Amino acid sequence: MTDLALDVRGLTVRLPAGADRAHAVEEVSIQVRRGEIVCIVGESGSGKSVTAFTVMGLLPKGDLVPTAGEVLLEGEDVLKAAPARLRELRGTRMAMIFQEPMTALNPVVTVGDQIDEVLRIHTSLGPAERRAKALDIMGAIRLPDPERIYASYPHQLSGGQRQRIMIAAAMVLDPHLLIADEPTTALDVTTQAQILALIRDLQARRGTGVLFITHDFGVVAEIADRVVVMQRGRVVEEGPAEEVLRRPRHDYTRMLIGAVPGLDPEPREPVAGPVALETQALDKTYGAGGLFGRGRVVRAATDVHLQVRRGETLGIVGESGSGKTTVARCIARLVDPTSGAIRLGDVDIARLPERRLRPHRRRVQIVFQDPYRSLNPRRTVGASVIEGPMNFGLARDAALARARQLMELVGLSPDALERYPHQFSGGQRQRIAIARALAMEPEILIADEAVSALDVSVQAQVLDLLDDVKRRFDLALLFITHDLRVAAQICDRIMVMERGLVVEAGPTHRVFTAPEHPYTRALLAAAPGRGFGFGRAA
Amino acid sequence: MARAQTLPEEPVRAARRAPVLAFVRRYPVAGLAALILGLIVLAALLAPVLWTVDPKALAPTQRMRMPSAAHWFGTDQFGRDVWSRVVYGAQVSLIVALAVATISVIAGTLIAVVSTYIRWLDGLVMRIMDGLMAIPGILLAIALVSLSGASRLTVIMAITIPEIPRVVRLVRSVVLSVREEPYVEAAISVGTPLPQLLWRHVLPNCVPPLIVQATYIAASAMLTEAILSFLGAGTPPEFPSWGNMMAEGRTFFPIAPRIVLIPGVALALTILAVNVLGDALRDRLDPKLAKRTGGLR
Repeated sequence: MTDLALDVRGLTVRLPAGADRAHAVEEVSIQVRRGEIVCIVGESGSGKSVTAFTVMGLLPKGDLVPTAGEVLLEGEDVLKAAPARLRELRGTRMAMIFQEPMTALNPVVTVGDQIDEVLRIHTSLGPAERRAKALDIMGAIRLPDPERIYASYPHQLSGGQRQRIMIAAAMVLDPHLLIADEPTTALDVTTQAQILALIRDLQARRGTGVLFITHDFGVVAEIADRVVVMQRGRVVEEGPAEEVLRRPRHDYTRMLIGAVPGLDPEPREPVAGPVALETQALDKTYGAGGLFGRGRVVRAATDVHLQVRRGETLGIVGESGSGKTTVARCIARLVDPTSGAIRLGDVDIARLPERRLRPHRRRVQIVFQDPYRSLNPRRTVGASVIEGPMNFGLARDAALARARQLMELVGLSPDALERYPHQFSGGQRQRIAIARALAMEPEILIADEAVSALDVSVQAQVLDLLDDVKRRFDLALLFITHDLRVAAQICDRIMVMERGLVVEAGPTHRVFTAPEHPYTRALLAAAPGRGFGFGRAA
Repeated sequence: MARAQTLPEEPVRAARRAPVLAFVRRYPVAGLAALILGLIVLAALLAPVLWTVDPKALAPTQRMRMPSAAHWFGTDQFGRDVWSRVVYGAQVSLIVALAVATISVIAGTLIAVVSTYIRWLDGLVMRIMDGLMAIPGILLAIALVSLSGASRLTVIMAITIPEIPRVVRLVRSVVLSVREEPYVEAAISVGTPLPQLLWRHVLPNCVPPLIVQATYIAASAMLTEAILSFLGAGTPPEFPSWGNMMAEGRTFFPIAPRIVLIPGVALALTILAVNVLGDALRDRLDPKLAKRTGGLR
């Protein structure tokens, strides 16, 4: 009897012809012992998810084919298992939880039934026993009132609760191997901390081996016993977590760890430039009125006062539903504020009708979160970048000349203008989006989670770029993020929002070192890997 | 920085280079359908020179002749040349199909765009569309034709109106989802006026589903026109249309089935060709069906 839950030996998976490389993963060997958490870390395209899907036998048919190696699940080769045997193994011996708890659960079946289904398929227990077992595991994942939640539909639960249900369904048969594919990436930081603690706790008590896939070194520092670093389909470094994090041997690992911003920002000089943007008592309420005035009212932002000077970066930090994006969208006038003032210099744009607003639109520009959706896929990059200046009467040639300069400024080659967005990576697209915003010669740049979708190394580059253009053009930068590490790195001042209210505001250094509001403290405490001290000269 | 400056090589896509050829290679049946449809269109366009005679000319002495060198498909009960009538009938069917598809797509798109951007109109317009959809199209068409008298224009309008609600719903759903896209919001914040915003960023997303929808509308318009003609509520009887040919020939079916079968086969073949083509276009243009690879790595 071996204590190895999973033993992957020399696994190679072929990519379809025409991909950017021949193999998705190449000669990957990974071992997971029972009772151990092994983290696979890597950026997008590193092959970490393909490895996990191969172990589960969930590779899309035909496109990705394992060509060499074996995947031994307690000695049994999963690659050679017949489909029926594979189905039996999944659930009983190995289980998987996914990134997106919103879509991994069936919306039209109660969560209790979804856990019950696992038991129905894999065991011969009667209904009463199954229900008892399901309620038991729901207690183990610390869900309040299991009886009520058993009968709930997924939409009635929060993201964190849904992820707990996923974990419950995965763990109910006590598999020896749990594969977790970025299970906390879609969750808020406080929820993430709870889920990580839960996985650690369950795993320790039940002796499960966990293969945990993540891109976040904070999470690694929080949870891993051993770490496997992957780059472009190969394992570049492997070892005990402490060893890899403190004394990385491979350059790539060193670069990845070095790119993680720290949580202890240096004090910064207050910025003394003129005030570029000011909001007063800004309110945004959704769903008021309705035909009979009885609709559910959501106060997305309440009484928000903020001020950004030229050359200054103000960070708005908060979890989902905190109202930070609502504030940004009000300032960019993509939604109309319910009340309050938004002053650009001496003009209040909060209530200007579209026609009179237009001349002021160019003064506020916004960079969005999703690089894959923020450029029109049917238009060349050039057409997107010169669109704004041409709206304001600049001749095409002049606009193009300017666009060429901007491309160089954001670190892209000017011939990128003739290409289409799908030819660029996420980071490159974010650079293009920044160039498009700069083409308007704005005074205020809003970055709405602009680096959240990027890999950590690319994230660092785009943050540098944002900081650079802020200085160069003396911009007021409004930086919206859920990520405290990123905020610590770039912001002069920080505003923390919770449920539409600003709960704390102050210089970044002060907010991080001496948080006043309990919510800020909770956020800081929940930041993964806070005990590790990233960002200090490695 | 190094990573950002190395741009990926332009992916070579055969479909971009020779789209028609690649399409035919991938969907051979659709290629055949396109060929058949092309031949029918050509026949309709060149009707006068395709060894036809006046399709309306009566020749009582030549009634019910079997196919021969003079009359390839024989003659009908009034001695009219069936070949000529089928070829000219193709003109009627294709004109109706094209006109109905074009008008309903344009009108539907306009209505949808107006109703999505003028919020108080939206509810009203959509309820009217729901109401229209609740009435069977053919019934509505018969009512409209009998109210306004049978002419080519009224037939086209009568078939178009019941088709509009489907287009409105389709375009409305695309517009509602696309206008939330960050690139549309980015265009708003760089000051793009509404007409350009719609033309550049929103409506191009409607084109693929509309092309597919238009083929279905065209096919169903041909069928509806034939039904209306068959019922005597469509194309005036002196003009040959596949529908009224079948209507007039049906009493003679036991002795000369070809008078009904030939226009029937022509109609079925044309509709089949259009539908097959529409299905292939849908597969090609729907990103979910066209590429099922990628994403996972």
